[in-house]
Amino acid sequence: MHGRVKVKSTAQQEEEKRKEREKKLKAFVSARDAVLRKRSAGEHDEEALQLTQQLLSSNPDFATLWNYRREVLLQLETSREKDEVQKLYESELHFIEACLKVNPKSYGCWHHRSWVNTRLPQPDWTRELGLCDRCLSLDERNFHCWDYRRVVVKESGVSVEQELQFTDRLIGSNFSNYSSWHYRSTLLPQLHPQPAPDSASNTSPSPTASPQIHSHRVCEEQLLKEYELAHNAFFTDPNDQSAWFYYRWLLGRAEREEMISCVYVSRERERVSVAFSKPVHAQSEGLMLVLDGQPQQVEWRSTHPRLRHSPVWLCDLPPGSVSDISNEHNLTVHWTEKYTHRDCALYTGCAESWCRDSATDQELFRSELSVEKSSVLQAELQSCNQLLELEPQNKWCLLTIILLMRALDPLGHEKETLAHFQTLKEVDPMRSSYYSDLCSKFLIENTILKMEYAEVRVFSLSNKVLEADDNAIESLEGLYHLPKLEEVSLRNNQICKLSDLESLASCTKLTRLDLRGNPVHKTANIDSELSQLLPLVTALSL
Amino acid sequence: WQWLLVTMLSVCVHFPGLTESVIAAACSRVGQSVLHLDRRNYYAGNWASFTFNGLLSWIEEYKQKVQITESEQVWRSLIDEGEDVVPLSSVDSSISNLEVFCYARLALILLTTNTEHEVSEPEEEQHTSDISEPSQSQEEKDSQPISSPADPPVEVEKKITYQKLVKEGRRFNIDLVSKLMYSRGALVDLLIKSNVSRYAEFKNIGHILTCRNGKVEQVPCSRADVFASKQLTVVEKRMLMKFLTFCLDFEQHPEEYQDYTEKPFREFLKNKKLTENLQDFVLHSIAMVTQQTLTEEGLKATQHFLRCLGRYGNTPFLFPLYGLGEIPQCFCRMCAVFGGIYCLRHSVQCLVVDKASNKVKAVIDTRGQKISCSHFVVEDSYIRDEQRQSTAYRQISRAVLITDRSVLPSESDQQISLVTIPPLESSAPAVRMVELCSSSMTCMPGTYLVHLTCSSSGTAQEDLAPVVSELFHVSTIPGEEPSEVLWVMYFNMRDTSALDSSSYSLPSNVHVCTGPDGSLGSDCSIKLAESVFHHILPDEEFCPPAPNPEDIIYDGDGPQAEGPGFDESVNTEAEEEESNQE
Repeated sequence: MHGRVKVKSTAQQEEEKRKEREKKLKAFVSARDAVLRKRSAGEHDEEALQLTQQLLSSNPDFATLWNYRREVLLQLETSREKDEVQKLYESELHFIEACLKVNPKSYGCWHHRSWVNTRLPQPDWTRELGLCDRCLSLDERNFHCWDYRRVVVKESGVSVEQELQFTDRLIGSNFSNYSSWHYRSTLLPQLHPQPAPDSASNTSPSPTASPQIHSHRVCEEQLLKEYELAHNAFFTDPNDQSAWFYYRWLLGRAEREEMISCVYVSRERERVSVAFSKPVHAQSEGLMLVLDGQPQQVEWRSTHPRLRHSPVWLCDLPPGSVSDISNEHNLTVHWTEKYTHRDCALYTGCAESWCRDSATDQELFRSELSVEKSSVLQAELQSCNQLLELEPQNKWCLLTIILLMRALDPLGHEKETLAHFQTLKEVDPMRSSYYSDLCSKFLIENTILKMEYAEVRVFSLSNKVLEADDNAIESLEGLYHLPKLEEVSLRNNQICKLSDLESLASCTKLTRLDLRGNPVHKTANIDSELSQLLPLVTALSL
Repeated sequence: WQWLLVTMLSVCVHFPGLTESVIAAACSRVGQSVLHLDRRNYYAGNWASFTFNGLLSWIEEYKQKVQITESEQVWRSLIDEGEDVVPLSSVDSSISNLEVFCYARLALILLTTNTEHEVSEPEEEQHTSDISEPSQSQEEKDSQPISSPADPPVEVEKKITYQKLVKEGRRFNIDLVSKLMYSRGALVDLLIKSNVSRYAEFKNIGHILTCRNGKVEQVPCSRADVFASKQLTVVEKRMLMKFLTFCLDFEQHPEEYQDYTEKPFREFLKNKKLTENLQDFVLHSIAMVTQQTLTEEGLKATQHFLRCLGRYGNTPFLFPLYGLGEIPQCFCRMCAVFGGIYCLRHSVQCLVVDKASNKVKAVIDTRGQKISCSHFVVEDSYIRDEQRQSTAYRQISRAVLITDRSVLPSESDQQISLVTIPPLESSAPAVRMVELCSSSMTCMPGTYLVHLTCSSSGTAQEDLAPVVSELFHVSTIPGEEPSEVLWVMYFNMRDTSALDSSSYSLPSNVHVCTGPDGSLGSDCSIKLAESVFHHILPDEEFCPPAPNPEDIIYDGDGPQAEGPGFDESVNTEAEEEESNQE
């Protein structure tokens, strides 16, 4: 039509672009080949810098070129004055900055930048910090830059306080930022550490307590401020999990003290069992047994045939060493790695003996959150309940409430906890199995807690029978090495395969097995297969 | 001679406000020949931006009410048989009640170390209207050397003088209308779609503020604001976020609001258990609607605000650098690039209507030339009352202030702020205030340009002076401590946005565009432009993207081989086009 501006067609434009790209590719390939030739010829000159610069500025992720550049720079450095070296590396920093604009998440660039700063006679850390600020304001989740920032902060001695303010700023502009929250969690204990507990509360009765300092804890005054910050975040957006995770961290992850919680010795079997507060690897952690002052050469074995770490380790004593009932023995198990030990005395006339940590009774099932004072936890529970009233479907809130309730009073809150688990499973069906698992764990713990006296809590399998009917059990994984077990009843469970029963083969006295009401009975040749797997079982009900 | 060209005009646009400029650009873009006439010597009519000095001349012009004498004889002879004439109004009466007050001192007060003597006499603080001509004697005094270089003045708080404002007047770009651009509004979409955005630069609005109980405070509107807000309790935060999240897709949950469709938005907010605090925030600062607005409209307004968040920053608004007057100019430029012709100080006296078809076939300009055209686009203020079916237009009250400090001083003084001031009584209109910093290129460094806007209930001064005195320290007694406000102008502007084609009795190819409306965005003007365009050219695309300069194919030889470059100025463009045609 008359008067219209004529414009190139899309095809024409495409064609032009394609030609342009082809030209670029050709130039790139020939430059690359030239550089690689130079490198294999061992040439370390200015020209190499120029060529690699051209290539890297269009593709900063070419790691080989960065390596070559470092070789060249190291070579050039040797033949120059100090201020020339300074200039050389400063121009390198400028070049890297240009490359970062091409790809702000280039591993090669960030690594090279750290390296250049170590070579610079006078590194300008303020400038580097400014660069980090700028990059993080463009993309607050650029973890390359976060890493680099930590290097800069460490090298230039930026105060922890300034860094904390920096996280304040980033969280203020967008609190969905794990990096900032996490950085905060590393800064706070440095800036506001929890004062060392005063001596009155520190008279630990247990001689086995290891000298552990809770250096990762934060003082209460600051904690209260942090709780408020977290409240602001999860009341603003309760579905954002970053603040919830930070909050869980604030509430205190109670790390169990690493210790030997129980040593048990039996005359009849001439065996020592040691239980730890967490799974350990006995061979590598320096576990040593001393019997009546004599170190013993024993072989430690785990209760589980495959896992290397186990909370329980067993060893056999030399034959005849404790079998005489009229002798008294003193055993000590040393855990040399942790500078801790536990004694156990086997008196005359006793067939067996054990020594347990007395604290274990009170903290039988330590909740994940239990370090803080209960008044603080109580207040936090109230806040969460307030949020739950507004957001009855929020899974993060529900889960946090459950954890708080367990930390405060697991039995008193049992009913509410169960109701919350029910809601959780409904609002988050994807994780319903996880919630069921957690719920059943809590129920078991509660059942044990309800047993009034500590002694009742000692399970005795000496009646030699394990009854586990009607439990939806799918596997007997974990039921290894029960030396006294004679009878197992597993009626109406979900055992499908013979392999699910494998662990029973390690129980050497098992003779009676009841498997009625399990899908496994459909297996072909079940009788012969079972007698092959468990030859000792004589009374089998299918 | 130059009108040889325009006698075969297809669209004649009169008075280039925003709507008219967009129509002109859109028509020119698809190959229509466009002539753009304006009786003024500046672009954009009531959408114009003025320098301080330009504004002073505009004020003068307003006071003199220049009348262009009509010369009926000239055009009588041009009318043929079968033609009828529709005269246009030559007086623009869209501005009224203009008042100007100056609080800036007329000279510096300087303390010299040796004399401790005020050099210039304190001037009467308040001048009504006649401030543009300071007396001669004063100027002489001011121009005298105050202190010798060897004897520097003691550090005193320097207040900006009136002379300084005039001297730096070129740094001001004072808009007659005050609007912001919603980052997902029709205007921004159009600027992007048409590639007109390349002709302008923009700045984010930094603060959304409100004024409650005489105190200016931040409105929590984005997620980050709500999180950081110190005024809200955590429960309020939750309630607000919950409500705002609901508004984002309220259409999906009709059950939530269907009982309230006939009821005011305010009642709905109450029902949603928002505290008084939050109701105020949502009603006045986010939805920016009145107490009487119905629920659905309020929800839509809230949704629009929220959808605009995060596109270009933490607030929903952009502002064009150098003022809002840039926007019509950008479209004019686009129009010129595609061959549109511009004539300032040139007006149409009357339309020539073909009796048989009742369509405009030509216009007669003030120089007595008859220019044929197939469509005529005109601004409302050119329409005489005889052609009106209804005169039910509203008024906007406006105030323009030059101040020397921000209403909410913050860590960065280069922020543009939007302040909504809820009405003191529920019947009064809410006042909207935009405070522009000097980096928006609308005022000189050290000052802020403040625009106040509300729909009128009285004169602009009656409506807005109470707000000005509530928010700013305005000295009332001469010689008292210096005023924050240096200069104020009040005026009313006619708001014809409610009128439509049925309001006029005009031929069907005359398209009347309403002037600026009182709302914060420009959606109304852009939508109108689009509908007029589709009326003129039903089968054409509205403002398709302008091609990149490198993609344009130039053919032929001579000067046109260079082609219409994008970087050439509008004027040379038009002249070149004209000379070529000649």
